Amino acid sequence: MAVDTPPATSTYLQLTPAPTRRRRSREALTAWLFLLPSLIGFLVFTAGPVVAAGVISLLDWNLFSSPTWVGLRNFARLGPDPTFWSALGNTAYFTLVSVPLTILVSLALALLLNQGLRRIAVFRSLLLLPYATITVAVAFVWIWLYIPHDGLVNAVLGWFGISGPAWLVSDSWAMPALIIMSVWKSFGFGMVVILAGLQAIPQQLYEAGRVDGASPWHSFRHITLPMLSPALFFVVVTSVIGSFQVFDQALIMTNGGPGTRTTTLVMYIYQTGFKNYDQGYAAAQSLALFAFIVLITAGQFLFQRKLVHYDK
Amino acid sequence: MTSDTKPVVRRKLVVFACFLVTAVTLIPVVMMVLVAFQSDDESMAAKPAFWPSSWHPENLGRVFDLVPLSRYLLNTVYFAAGTTILETVTAALAAYAFARLNFRGRSWLFGVYLATLMIPSQVTLIPQFVLVAKLHGIDTWPGMIVPHAFTAIGVFLLRQFFLGIPRDYEEAARLDGANRWQAFVRVIVPLALPAIATLAVFKFIGQWNNLLWPLVISNSDATRTVPVGLQVFQDINGTQWNLLLMAATFTTIPLIILFFLTQRWFVRGITMSGLGGR
Repeated sequence: MAVDTPPATSTYLQLTPAPTRRRRSREALTAWLFLLPSLIGFLVFTAGPVVAAGVISLLDWNLFSSPTWVGLRNFARLGPDPTFWSALGNTAYFTLVSVPLTILVSLALALLLNQGLRRIAVFRSLLLLPYATITVAVAFVWIWLYIPHDGLVNAVLGWFGISGPAWLVSDSWAMPALIIMSVWKSFGFGMVVILAGLQAIPQQLYEAGRVDGASPWHSFRHITLPMLSPALFFVVVTSVIGSFQVFDQALIMTNGGPGTRTTTLVMYIYQTGFKNYDQGYAAAQSLALFAFIVLITAGQFLFQRKLVHYDK
Repeated sequence: MTSDTKPVVRRKLVVFACFLVTAVTLIPVVMMVLVAFQSDDESMAAKPAFWPSSWHPENLGRVFDLVPLSRYLLNTVYFAAGTTILETVTAALAAYAFARLNFRGRSWLFGVYLATLMIPSQVTLIPQFVLVAKLHGIDTWPGMIVPHAFTAIGVFLLRQFFLGIPRDYEEAARLDGANRWQAFVRVIVPLALPAIATLAVFKFIGQWNNLLWPLVISNSDATRTVPVGLQVFQDINGTQWNLLLMAATFTTIPLIILFFLTQRWFVRGITMSGLGGR
Protein backbone atom coordinates (compact mmCIF):
# COMPACT_ATOMS: atom_id res chain seq x y z
CA MET A 1 0.00 0.00 0.00
CA ALA A 2 2.81 2.42 -0.78
CA VAL A 3 1.17 5.68 -1.78
CA ASP A 4 4.39 7.28 -2.97
CA THR A 5 6.02 4.96 -5.45
CA PRO A 6 9.23 6.21 -7.07
CA PRO A 7 9.05 7.25 -10.71
CA ALA A 8 9.15 4.29 -13.05
CA THR A 9 12.53 3.29 -14.31
CA SER A 10 12.96 -0.06 -15.91
CA THR A 11 15.32 -1.91 -13.63
CA TYR A 12 17.07 -4.13 -16.10
CA LEU A 13 16.87 -1.89 -19.17
CA GLN A 14 18.39 1.45 -18.30
CA LEU A 15 16.86 3.07 -21.35
CA THR A 16 14.67 5.62 -19.66
CA PRO A 17 16.64 8.69 -18.68
CA ALA A 18 16.30 10.04 -15.17
CA PRO A 19 13.28 12.34 -14.96
CA THR A 20 14.17 15.98 -15.46
CA ARG A 21 12.22 18.88 -13.98
CA ARG A 22 10.43 19.50 -17.28
CA ARG A 23 9.38 15.88 -17.58
CA ARG A 24 8.15 15.88 -14.01
CA SER A 25 5.92 18.88 -14.57
CA ARG A 26 4.62 17.31 -17.77
CA GLU A 27 3.79 14.15 -15.84
CA ALA A 28 1.98 16.20 -13.20
CA LEU A 29 -0.04 17.93 -15.91
CA THR A 30 -0.97 14.54 -17.39
CA ALA A 31 -1.96 13.33 -13.93
CA TRP A 32 -4.29 16.29 -13.36
CA LEU A 33 -5.87 15.75 -16.76
CA PHE A 34 -6.57 12.11 -15.84
CA LEU A 35 -7.99 13.24 -12.50
CA LEU A 36 -10.08 16.10 -13.84
CA PRO A 37 -13.43 14.39 -14.63
CA SER A 38 -13.50 12.51 -11.35
CA LEU A 39 -12.28 15.51 -9.38
CA ILE A 40 -14.91 17.90 -10.74
CA GLY A 41 -17.71 15.49 -9.95
CA PHE A 42 -16.19 14.74 -6.58
CA LEU A 43 -15.89 18.40 -5.57
CA VAL A 44 -19.35 19.38 -6.85
CA PHE A 45 -21.37 16.38 -5.66
CA THR A 46 -19.50 15.07 -2.61
CA ALA A 47 -17.15 17.63 -1.05
CA GLY A 48 -19.44 20.59 -1.79
CA PRO A 49 -22.56 18.96 -0.31
CA VAL A 50 -20.66 17.97 2.85
CA VAL A 51 -19.70 21.60 3.42
CA ALA A 52 -23.24 22.68 2.50
CA ALA A 53 -24.72 20.24 5.04
CA GLY A 54 -22.65 22.05 7.65
CA VAL A 55 -24.14 25.39 6.57
CA ILE A 56 -27.73 24.09 6.34
CA SER A 57 -27.47 22.68 9.86
CA LEU A 58 -27.13 26.29 11.08
CA LEU A 59 -30.38 27.38 9.41
CA ASP A 60 -34.10 27.10 9.98
CA TRP A 61 -35.36 26.16 6.55
CA ASN A 62 -38.32 24.26 5.04
CA LEU A 63 -36.97 23.88 1.47
CA PHE A 64 -39.42 26.43 0.06
CA SER A 65 -39.29 29.75 1.90
CA SER A 66 -36.07 31.68 2.49
CA PRO A 67 -33.95 30.27 5.35
CA THR A 68 -33.29 32.04 8.65
CA TRP A 69 -30.03 31.80 10.60
CA VAL A 70 -30.37 29.96 13.92
CA GLY A 71 -26.73 29.15 14.74
CA LEU A 72 -26.24 26.00 16.77
CA ARG A 73 -29.88 25.72 17.83
CA ASN A 74 -30.50 22.67 15.63
CA PHE A 75 -27.72 20.80 17.41
CA ALA A 76 -29.16 21.85 20.77
CA ARG A 77 -32.45 20.23 19.71
CA LEU A 78 -30.77 16.82 19.39
CA GLY A 79 -30.28 16.48 23.14
CA PRO A 80 -33.90 16.62 24.34
CA ASP A 81 -35.34 14.82 21.28
CA PRO A 82 -36.39 11.33 22.41
CA THR A 83 -36.97 10.11 18.83
CA PHE A 84 -33.39 10.99 17.86
CA TRP A 85 -31.95 9.00 20.74
CA SER A 86 -34.22 6.02 20.16
CA ALA A 87 -33.31 6.14 16.46
CA LEU A 88 -29.63 6.17 17.42
CA GLY A 89 -30.23 3.28 19.81
CA ASN A 90 -32.13 1.33 17.15
CA THR A 91 -29.33 1.92 14.64
CA ALA A 92 -26.71 0.74 17.14
CA TYR A 93 -28.83 -2.32 18.01
CA PHE A 94 -29.27 -3.14 14.32
CA THR A 95 -25.54 -2.75 13.63
CA LEU A 96 -24.30 -4.68 16.66
CA VAL A 97 -26.47 -7.68 15.84
CA SER A 98 -26.59 -7.68 12.04
CA VAL A 99 -22.89 -7.13 11.32
CA PRO A 100 -21.53 -10.10 13.34
CA LEU A 101 -24.38 -12.27 12.00
CA THR A 102 -23.69 -11.25 8.41
CA ILE A 103 -19.96 -11.91 8.84
CA LEU A 104 -20.60 -15.33 10.40
CA VAL A 105 -23.03 -16.39 7.67
CA SER A 106 -20.75 -15.05 4.90
CA LEU A 107 -17.71 -16.78 6.38
CA ALA A 108 -19.50 -20.10 6.98
CA LEU A 109 -20.88 -20.20 3.43
CA ALA A 110 -17.57 -19.13 1.90
CA LEU A 111 -15.81 -21.94 3.79
CA LEU A 112 -18.48 -24.39 2.64
CA LEU A 113 -18.10 -23.29 -0.99
CA ASN A 114 -14.32 -23.51 -0.68
CA GLN A 115 -14.35 -27.28 -0.07
CA GLY A 116 -13.22 -27.97 -3.63
CA LEU A 117 -16.60 -28.72 -5.17
CA ARG A 118 -16.79 -29.08 -8.91
CA ARG A 119 -20.18 -27.41 -9.19
CA ILE A 120 -19.24 -24.46 -7.03
CA ALA A 121 -20.34 -21.88 -9.61
CA VAL A 122 -23.97 -23.06 -9.49
CA PHE A 123 -24.22 -22.75 -5.73
CA ARG A 124 -22.34 -19.49 -5.77
CA SER A 125 -24.78 -18.01 -8.27
CA LEU A 126 -27.83 -19.28 -6.41
CA LEU A 127 -26.55 -18.05 -3.06
CA LEU A 128 -25.98 -14.63 -4.58
CA LEU A 129 -29.63 -14.38 -5.66
CA PRO A 130 -30.85 -12.63 -2.51
CA TYR A 131 -28.21 -9.96 -3.03
CA ALA A 132 -29.33 -9.50 -6.63
CA THR A 133 -33.07 -9.21 -5.97
CA ILE A 134 -34.60 -5.78 -5.63
CA THR A 135 -34.68 -4.92 -1.93
CA VAL A 136 -38.03 -3.24 -2.28
CA ALA A 137 -39.52 -6.34 -3.94
CA VAL A 138 -38.30 -8.98 -1.52
CA ALA A 139 -39.21 -6.77 1.42
CA PHE A 140 -42.83 -7.38 0.39
CA VAL A 141 -42.27 -11.16 0.41
CA TRP A 142 -40.77 -10.95 3.87
CA ILE A 143 -43.78 -9.02 5.20
CA TRP A 144 -45.79 -11.96 4.00
CA LEU A 145 -43.45 -14.57 5.52
CA TYR A 146 -43.76 -12.76 8.84
CA ILE A 147 -47.60 -12.66 8.97
CA PRO A 148 -48.33 -13.46 12.65
CA HIS A 149 -50.58 -16.56 12.52
CA ASP A 150 -50.30 -18.07 9.08
CA GLY A 151 -47.00 -16.76 7.73
CA LEU A 152 -44.44 -19.35 6.74
CA VAL A 153 -41.97 -18.43 9.50
CA ASN A 154 -44.48 -19.09 12.26
CA ALA A 155 -45.86 -22.14 10.47
CA VAL A 156 -42.38 -23.71 10.49
CA LEU A 157 -41.89 -22.74 14.13
CA GLY A 158 -45.27 -24.38 14.81
CA TRP A 159 -43.99 -27.75 13.55
CA PHE A 160 -41.51 -27.61 16.43
CA GLY A 161 -44.22 -26.66 18.89
CA ILE A 162 -43.06 -23.05 19.16
CA SER A 163 -45.73 -20.39 18.89
CA GLY A 164 -43.98 -17.63 17.00
CA PRO A 165 -44.25 -13.92 17.86
CA ALA A 166 -46.19 -11.31 15.89
CA TRP A 167 -42.85 -10.27 14.33
CA LEU A 168 -43.30 -6.97 12.48
CA VAL A 169 -46.04 -5.67 14.75
CA SER A 170 -44.42 -6.85 17.98
CA ASP A 171 -42.49 -4.36 20.12
CA SER A 172 -39.63 -6.71 20.88
CA TRP A 173 -39.56 -8.80 17.68
CA ALA A 174 -39.90 -6.17 14.93
CA MET A 175 -36.19 -5.30 14.99
CA PRO A 176 -34.97 -8.93 15.03
CA ALA A 177 -37.31 -9.58 12.09
CA LEU A 178 -35.73 -6.67 10.22
CA ILE A 179 -32.24 -7.93 11.08
CA ILE A 180 -32.94 -11.49 9.85
CA MET A 181 -34.21 -10.11 6.55
CA SER A 182 -31.21 -7.77 6.20
CA VAL A 183 -28.68 -10.54 6.86
CA TRP A 184 -30.45 -12.68 4.25
CA LYS A 185 -30.31 -9.78 1.81
CA SER A 186 -26.68 -8.83 2.25
CA PHE A 187 -24.58 -11.91 3.12
CA GLY A 188 -23.90 -12.57 -0.59
CA PHE A 189 -21.54 -9.63 -0.93
CA GLY A 190 -19.42 -10.67 2.05
CA MET A 191 -19.49 -14.28 0.90
CA VAL A 192 -18.01 -13.37 -2.50
CA VAL A 193 -15.26 -11.23 -0.98
CA ILE A 194 -14.33 -13.85 1.64
CA LEU A 195 -14.42 -16.64 -0.92
CA ALA A 196 -12.01 -14.65 -3.09
CA GLY A 197 -9.76 -14.21 -0.04
CA LEU A 198 -9.86 -17.95 0.72
CA GLN A 199 -8.93 -18.87 -2.83
CA ALA A 200 -5.91 -16.56 -2.66
CA ILE A 201 -4.36 -18.38 0.33
CA PRO A 202 -1.35 -20.40 -0.85
CA GLN A 203 -2.02 -24.13 -0.47
CA GLN A 204 1.58 -24.80 0.60
CA LEU A 205 0.79 -23.26 3.97
CA TYR A 206 -1.82 -25.94 4.66
CA GLU A 207 0.45 -28.70 3.42
CA ALA A 208 3.22 -27.49 5.71
CA GLY A 209 0.72 -27.48 8.58
CA ARG A 210 -0.41 -31.01 7.73
CA VAL A 211 3.20 -32.22 7.80
CA ASP A 212 3.48 -30.77 11.28
CA GLY A 213 0.30 -32.65 12.24
CA ALA A 214 -1.97 -29.65 12.71
CA SER A 215 -5.66 -30.34 13.37
CA PRO A 216 -8.28 -28.76 11.04
CA TRP A 217 -9.23 -26.31 13.79
CA HIS A 218 -5.60 -25.44 14.41
CA SER A 219 -4.90 -24.70 10.76
CA PHE A 220 -8.12 -22.65 10.51
CA ARG A 221 -7.17 -20.66 13.59
CA HIS A 222 -3.50 -20.13 12.69
CA ILE A 223 -3.47 -20.13 8.88
CA THR A 224 -6.93 -19.32 7.47
CA LEU A 225 -8.01 -16.57 9.86
CA PRO A 226 -4.75 -14.56 9.81
CA MET A 227 -4.46 -14.84 6.02
CA LEU A 228 -8.11 -13.93 5.62
CA SER A 229 -8.08 -10.99 8.01
CA PRO A 230 -7.60 -8.23 5.38
CA ALA A 231 -10.65 -9.47 3.44
CA LEU A 232 -12.63 -9.91 6.67
CA PHE A 233 -11.69 -6.43 7.76
CA PHE A 234 -12.88 -4.99 4.46
CA VAL A 235 -16.21 -6.80 4.87
CA VAL A 236 -16.58 -5.64 8.49
CA VAL A 237 -15.94 -1.98 7.64
CA THR A 238 -18.25 -1.95 4.61
CA SER A 239 -20.95 -3.84 6.55
CA VAL A 240 -20.84 -1.42 9.45
CA ILE A 241 -21.05 1.59 7.15
CA GLY A 242 -23.88 -0.11 5.25
CA SER A 243 -25.85 -1.11 8.33
CA PHE A 244 -25.67 2.43 9.68
CA GLN A 245 -27.46 3.49 6.54
CA VAL A 246 -30.19 0.82 6.49
CA PHE A 247 -33.29 2.35 4.98
CA ASP A 248 -35.19 0.55 2.22
CA GLN A 249 -36.39 -2.57 4.00
CA ALA A 250 -37.20 -0.67 7.19
CA LEU A 251 -39.31 1.84 5.26
CA ILE A 252 -41.34 -0.89 3.56
CA MET A 253 -41.56 -3.61 6.19
CA THR A 254 -42.24 -1.56 9.32
CA ASN A 255 -42.18 2.13 8.35
CA GLY A 256 -40.33 2.65 11.62
CA GLY A 257 -43.03 1.03 13.75
CA PRO A 258 -44.42 -0.22 16.00
CA GLY A 259 -44.15 3.23 17.57
CA THR A 260 -40.53 4.16 16.89
CA ARG A 261 -39.15 0.67 17.62
CA THR A 262 -37.55 0.27 14.21
CA THR A 263 -37.01 3.91 13.27
CA THR A 264 -33.37 4.05 12.21
CA LEU A 265 -31.39 7.28 12.06
CA VAL A 266 -31.56 7.42 8.29
CA MET A 267 -35.34 6.97 8.36
CA TYR A 268 -35.66 9.70 10.95
CA ILE A 269 -33.50 12.03 8.82
CA TYR A 270 -35.69 11.27 5.82
CA GLN A 271 -38.88 11.96 7.79
CA THR A 272 -37.50 15.17 9.30
CA GLY A 273 -36.24 16.59 6.02
CA PHE A 274 -38.78 15.40 3.48
CA LYS A 275 -41.95 14.72 5.47
CA ASN A 276 -41.76 17.52 8.07
CA TYR A 277 -39.71 19.82 5.82
CA ASP A 278 -37.33 20.67 8.64
CA GLN A 279 -34.13 20.75 6.60
CA GLY A 280 -31.85 22.43 9.13
CA TYR A 281 -32.61 19.87 11.80
CA ALA A 282 -32.26 17.00 9.32
CA ALA A 283 -28.79 18.28 8.37
CA ALA A 284 -27.79 18.47 12.05
CA GLN A 285 -28.97 14.87 12.49
CA SER A 286 -27.03 13.66 9.48
CA LEU A 287 -23.84 15.37 10.69
CA ALA A 288 -24.33 13.63 14.04
CA LEU A 289 -24.68 10.33 12.17
CA PHE A 290 -21.50 11.10 10.22
CA ALA A 291 -19.66 11.80 13.48
CA PHE A 292 -20.75 8.42 14.86
CA ILE A 293 -19.65 6.57 11.74
CA VAL A 294 -16.26 8.32 11.76
CA LEU A 295 -15.76 7.47 15.44
CA ILE A 296 -16.67 3.82 14.94
CA THR A 297 -14.64 3.42 11.74
CA ALA A 298 -11.63 5.07 13.40
CA GLY A 299 -12.11 2.63 16.28
CA GLN A 300 -12.12 -0.26 13.83
CA PHE A 301 -8.90 0.96 12.23
CA LEU A 302 -7.20 1.24 15.63
CA PHE A 303 -8.49 -2.21 16.52
CA GLN A 304 -7.29 -3.76 13.27
CA ARG A 305 -3.63 -3.07 14.09
CA LYS A 306 -3.98 -5.73 16.76
CA LEU A 307 -6.08 -8.18 14.76
CA VAL A 308 -5.42 -7.85 11.06
CA HIS A 309 -2.37 -9.56 9.68
CA TYR A 310 -0.76 -7.80 6.72
CA ASP A 311 2.06 -9.60 5.00
CA LYS A 312 4.92 -7.16 4.65
CA MET B 1 -13.73 -45.13 8.87
CA THR B 2 -10.83 -45.85 6.59
CA SER B 3 -8.89 -43.18 4.76
CA ASP B 4 -10.55 -44.30 1.48
CA THR B 5 -14.16 -43.67 2.48
CA LYS B 6 -13.54 -40.49 4.40
CA PRO B 7 -13.18 -38.06 1.46
CA VAL B 8 -16.24 -39.55 -0.27
CA VAL B 9 -18.44 -39.23 2.80
CA ARG B 10 -17.13 -35.76 3.39
CA ARG B 11 -17.81 -34.68 -0.17
CA LYS B 12 -21.37 -36.00 0.07
CA LEU B 13 -21.87 -34.08 3.29
CA VAL B 14 -20.56 -30.88 1.70
CA VAL B 15 -22.86 -31.27 -1.31
CA PHE B 16 -25.81 -32.00 0.98
CA ALA B 17 -25.02 -28.94 3.10
CA CYS B 18 -24.78 -26.77 -0.02
CA PHE B 19 -28.16 -28.01 -1.24
CA LEU B 20 -29.80 -27.48 2.14
CA VAL B 21 -28.42 -23.98 2.66
CA THR B 22 -29.26 -22.92 -0.88
CA ALA B 23 -32.81 -24.30 -0.63
CA VAL B 24 -33.52 -22.45 2.61
CA THR B 25 -31.96 -19.26 1.26
CA LEU B 26 -34.06 -19.31 -1.87
CA ILE B 27 -37.44 -19.77 -0.12
CA PRO B 28 -38.31 -16.04 -0.27
CA VAL B 29 -37.30 -15.85 -3.94
CA VAL B 30 -39.34 -18.97 -4.82
CA MET B 31 -42.28 -17.61 -2.87
CA MET B 32 -42.11 -14.34 -4.77
CA VAL B 33 -42.53 -16.25 -8.04
CA LEU B 34 -45.23 -18.64 -6.79
CA VAL B 35 -47.46 -15.97 -5.27
CA ALA B 36 -47.15 -13.94 -8.46
CA PHE B 37 -49.19 -16.65 -10.25
CA GLN B 38 -51.93 -17.05 -7.64
CA SER B 39 -55.49 -15.76 -7.92
CA ASP B 40 -56.48 -12.57 -6.10
CA ASP B 41 -58.50 -14.42 -3.46
CA GLU B 42 -55.76 -16.94 -2.81
CA SER B 43 -52.95 -14.41 -2.45
CA MET B 44 -55.02 -12.11 -0.23
CA ALA B 45 -56.47 -14.83 1.98
CA ALA B 46 -55.82 -14.71 5.71
CA LYS B 47 -54.06 -18.06 5.43
CA PRO B 48 -51.64 -17.64 2.51
CA ALA B 49 -51.01 -20.70 0.37
CA PHE B 50 -47.49 -21.55 -0.67
CA TRP B 51 -48.33 -23.47 -3.83
CA PRO B 52 -50.90 -21.90 -6.20
CA SER B 53 -54.09 -24.01 -6.47
CA SER B 54 -54.62 -22.50 -9.90
CA TRP B 55 -52.10 -20.67 -12.11
CA HIS B 56 -52.81 -17.17 -13.37
CA PRO B 57 -50.17 -16.04 -15.88
CA GLU B 58 -52.60 -13.30 -16.97
CA ASN B 59 -51.55 -11.45 -13.78
CA LEU B 60 -48.63 -10.06 -15.77
CA GLY B 61 -50.99 -8.40 -18.24
CA ARG B 62 -53.06 -6.98 -15.38
CA VAL B 63 -49.91 -5.47 -13.84
CA PHE B 64 -49.12 -3.73 -17.12
CA ASP B 65 -52.68 -2.37 -17.24
CA LEU B 66 -52.36 -0.92 -13.74
CA VAL B 67 -48.86 0.60 -13.78
CA PRO B 68 -46.49 1.67 -16.57
CA LEU B 69 -44.11 -1.13 -15.62
CA SER B 70 -42.13 -1.19 -18.86
CA ARG B 71 -41.60 2.57 -18.48
CA TYR B 72 -40.30 2.08 -14.92
CA LEU B 73 -38.10 -0.80 -16.02
CA LEU B 74 -36.58 1.23 -18.84
CA ASN B 75 -36.06 4.13 -16.41
CA THR B 76 -34.24 1.83 -13.99
CA VAL B 77 -31.98 0.62 -16.80
CA TYR B 78 -31.22 4.24 -17.78
CA PHE B 79 -30.45 5.20 -14.20
CA ALA B 80 -28.32 2.15 -13.35
CA ALA B 81 -26.49 2.06 -16.69
CA GLY B 82 -25.89 5.82 -16.76
CA THR B 83 -24.38 5.98 -13.28
CA THR B 84 -22.38 2.80 -13.90
CA ILE B 85 -20.78 3.96 -17.15
CA LEU B 86 -19.99 7.44 -15.86
CA GLU B 87 -18.58 6.13 -12.59
CA THR B 88 -16.46 3.38 -14.17
CA VAL B 89 -14.85 5.68 -16.74
CA THR B 90 -14.05 8.55 -14.35
CA ALA B 91 -12.89 6.18 -11.59
CA ALA B 92 -10.54 4.33 -13.95
CA LEU B 93 -8.95 7.59 -15.13
CA ALA B 94 -8.50 8.92 -11.60
CA ALA B 95 -7.23 5.57 -10.30
CA TYR B 96 -4.56 5.54 -13.00
CA ALA B 97 -3.32 8.98 -11.93
CA PHE B 98 -3.18 7.87 -8.28
CA ALA B 99 -1.47 4.57 -9.09
CA ARG B 100 1.03 5.53 -11.76
CA LEU B 101 1.66 9.27 -12.05
CA ASN B 102 3.63 11.51 -9.75
CA PHE B 103 2.26 14.89 -8.83
CA ARG B 104 2.43 17.15 -5.83
CA GLY B 105 -0.28 16.44 -3.25
CA ARG B 106 -1.06 12.96 -4.51
CA SER B 107 -1.12 11.20 -1.11
CA TRP B 108 -3.04 14.04 0.45
CA LEU B 109 -5.72 14.07 -2.25
CA PHE B 110 -6.07 10.29 -2.12
CA GLY B 111 -6.52 10.54 1.66
CA VAL B 112 -9.37 13.01 1.13
CA TYR B 113 -10.99 10.58 -1.32
CA LEU B 114 -10.72 7.75 1.21
CA ALA B 115 -12.18 9.88 3.99
CA THR B 116 -15.35 10.41 1.97
CA LEU B 117 -15.97 6.65 1.88
CA MET B 118 -17.26 7.09 5.40
CA ILE B 119 -19.77 9.78 4.62
CA PRO B 120 -23.27 8.33 4.64
CA SER B 121 -25.25 9.27 1.55
CA GLN B 122 -27.82 10.93 3.81
CA VAL B 123 -25.34 13.64 4.81
CA THR B 124 -25.06 14.78 1.22
CA LEU B 125 -28.65 13.94 0.26
CA ILE B 126 -30.21 17.30 1.16
CA PRO B 127 -27.47 19.53 -0.32
CA GLN B 128 -27.40 17.36 -3.46
CA PHE B 129 -31.17 17.67 -3.68
CA VAL B 130 -30.95 21.46 -3.32
CA LEU B 131 -28.16 21.66 -5.88
CA VAL B 132 -30.14 19.58 -8.36
CA ALA B 133 -33.25 21.70 -7.69
CA LYS B 134 -31.28 24.92 -8.27
CA LEU B 135 -29.98 23.55 -11.57
CA HIS B 136 -33.56 22.62 -12.54
CA GLY B 137 -32.58 18.96 -12.53
CA ILE B 138 -35.55 17.56 -10.58
CA ASP B 139 -37.26 14.83 -12.61
CA THR B 140 -34.57 14.91 -15.33
CA TRP B 141 -31.99 12.26 -16.26
CA PRO B 142 -28.91 14.39 -15.62
CA GLY B 143 -30.34 15.27 -12.22
CA MET B 144 -30.87 11.59 -11.41
CA ILE B 145 -27.60 10.22 -12.80
CA VAL B 146 -24.75 12.72 -12.47
CA PRO B 147 -24.75 13.30 -8.67
CA HIS B 148 -24.49 9.55 -8.06
CA ALA B 149 -21.67 8.79 -10.49
CA PHE B 150 -18.65 9.94 -8.45
CA THR B 151 -17.77 7.80 -5.48
CA ALA B 152 -14.42 7.13 -3.88
CA ILE B 153 -14.96 3.39 -3.64
CA GLY B 154 -14.49 2.89 -7.37
CA VAL B 155 -11.27 4.92 -7.40
CA PHE B 156 -10.03 2.98 -4.37
CA LEU B 157 -10.80 -0.46 -5.84
CA LEU B 158 -9.24 0.26 -9.24
CA ARG B 159 -6.16 1.94 -7.78
CA GLN B 160 -5.45 -1.19 -5.72
CA PHE B 161 -5.67 -3.23 -8.85
CA PHE B 162 -3.57 -0.95 -11.06
CA LEU B 163 -0.80 -1.01 -8.45
CA GLY B 164 -0.68 -4.77 -8.88
CA ILE B 165 0.01 -4.60 -12.65
CA PRO B 166 3.75 -4.94 -13.35
CA ARG B 167 5.25 -1.67 -14.61
CA ASP B 168 7.26 -3.43 -17.32
CA TYR B 169 4.15 -3.94 -19.46
CA GLU B 170 3.63 -0.22 -19.63
CA GLU B 171 7.35 0.52 -20.01
CA ALA B 172 7.46 -1.69 -23.09
CA ALA B 173 4.58 0.22 -24.66
CA ARG B 174 6.21 3.54 -23.78
CA LEU B 175 9.48 2.49 -25.39
CA ASP B 176 7.50 1.73 -28.53
CA GLY B 177 6.51 5.38 -28.55
CA ALA B 178 3.09 5.20 -26.89
CA ASN B 179 2.15 8.21 -24.77
CA ARG B 180 0.51 7.93 -21.35
CA TRP B 181 -3.01 7.93 -22.73
CA GLN B 182 -2.23 5.18 -25.25
CA ALA B 183 -0.48 3.11 -22.58
CA PHE B 184 -3.54 3.46 -20.36
CA VAL B 185 -6.01 2.51 -23.07
CA ARG B 186 -3.98 -0.29 -24.69
CA VAL B 187 -2.20 -1.84 -21.71
CA ILE B 188 -3.80 -0.98 -18.38
CA VAL B 189 -7.50 -1.13 -19.30
CA PRO B 190 -7.33 -4.55 -21.00
CA LEU B 191 -5.33 -6.01 -18.11
CA ALA B 192 -7.66 -4.47 -15.52
CA LEU B 193 -10.86 -5.52 -17.24
CA PRO B 194 -11.89 -7.99 -14.49
CA ALA B 195 -11.59 -5.30 -11.82
CA ILE B 196 -13.41 -2.77 -13.97
CA ALA B 197 -16.19 -5.30 -14.63
CA THR B 198 -16.43 -6.00 -10.90
CA LEU B 199 -16.85 -2.32 -10.13
CA ALA B 200 -19.42 -1.97 -12.90
CA VAL B 201 -21.54 -4.91 -11.70
CA PHE B 202 -21.50 -3.79 -8.05
CA LYS B 203 -22.42 -0.28 -9.07
CA PHE B 204 -25.19 -1.46 -11.39
CA ILE B 205 -26.80 -3.68 -8.73
CA GLY B 206 -26.48 -0.95 -6.12
CA GLN B 207 -28.20 1.62 -8.31
CA TRP B 208 -30.82 -0.83 -9.58
CA ASN B 209 -31.80 -1.21 -5.93
CA ASN B 210 -31.41 2.44 -4.97
CA LEU B 211 -34.64 3.68 -3.43
CA LEU B 212 -33.75 6.87 -1.57
CA TRP B 213 -32.27 9.03 -4.35
CA PRO B 214 -34.92 8.32 -7.03
CA LEU B 215 -37.59 8.70 -4.34
CA VAL B 216 -36.39 12.25 -3.73
CA ILE B 217 -35.53 13.31 -7.30
CA SER B 218 -38.13 11.70 -9.55
CA ASN B 219 -41.68 12.91 -9.18
CA SER B 220 -43.37 11.67 -12.32
CA ASP B 221 -43.57 8.50 -14.41
CA ALA B 222 -41.01 10.03 -16.79
CA THR B 223 -38.12 9.17 -14.45
CA ARG B 224 -39.73 6.93 -11.82
CA THR B 225 -37.68 3.75 -11.26
CA VAL B 226 -38.95 0.31 -10.27
CA PRO B 227 -38.09 0.48 -6.54
CA VAL B 228 -40.05 3.73 -6.27
CA GLY B 229 -42.77 2.51 -8.63
CA LEU B 230 -43.47 -0.63 -6.57
CA GLN B 231 -44.22 1.58 -3.59
CA VAL B 232 -46.71 3.62 -5.56
CA PHE B 233 -48.18 0.33 -6.69
CA GLN B 234 -48.77 -0.70 -3.10
CA ASP B 235 -50.68 2.52 -2.45
CA ILE B 236 -53.04 1.93 -5.35
CA ASN B 237 -53.85 -1.66 -4.54
CA GLY B 238 -53.52 -2.00 -0.80
CA THR B 239 -52.08 -5.48 -0.59
CA GLN B 240 -52.68 -7.09 -3.96
CA TRP B 241 -49.86 -9.49 -3.29
CA ASN B 242 -50.10 -11.48 -6.48
CA LEU B 243 -49.84 -8.44 -8.78
CA LEU B 244 -47.17 -6.80 -6.65
CA LEU B 245 -44.97 -9.85 -6.69
CA MET B 246 -45.61 -10.43 -10.38
CA ALA B 247 -44.24 -6.94 -11.02
CA ALA B 248 -41.32 -7.66 -8.69
CA THR B 249 -40.53 -11.00 -10.34
CA PHE B 250 -40.68 -9.48 -13.78
CA THR B 251 -38.30 -6.68 -12.84
CA THR B 252 -35.86 -8.95 -11.01
CA ILE B 253 -35.29 -11.18 -14.04
CA PRO B 254 -33.04 -8.74 -15.98
CA LEU B 255 -30.78 -8.26 -12.98
CA ILE B 256 -30.48 -12.01 -12.41
CA ILE B 257 -29.57 -12.55 -16.06
CA LEU B 258 -26.91 -9.85 -15.78
CA PHE B 259 -25.62 -11.50 -12.66
CA PHE B 260 -25.29 -14.95 -14.20
CA LEU B 261 -23.50 -13.50 -17.20
CA THR B 262 -20.98 -11.55 -15.17
CA GLN B 263 -20.38 -13.52 -12.00
CA ARG B 264 -17.20 -15.17 -13.26
CA TRP B 265 -15.69 -11.72 -13.71
CA PHE B 266 -16.99 -10.74 -10.36
CA VAL B 267 -15.09 -13.30 -8.34
CA ARG B 268 -11.92 -13.05 -10.37
CA GLY B 269 -12.02 -9.28 -10.18
CA ILE B 270 -12.11 -9.18 -6.42
CA THR B 271 -9.45 -11.84 -6.11
CA MET B 272 -7.08 -9.70 -8.11
CA SER B 273 -7.77 -6.37 -6.45
CA GLY B 274 -5.60 -6.93 -3.41
CA LEU B 275 -8.40 -7.84 -1.01
CA GLY B 276 -7.45 -11.50 -0.92
CA GLY B 277 -5.48 -13.04 1.92
CA ARG B 278 -2.07 -11.83 0.87
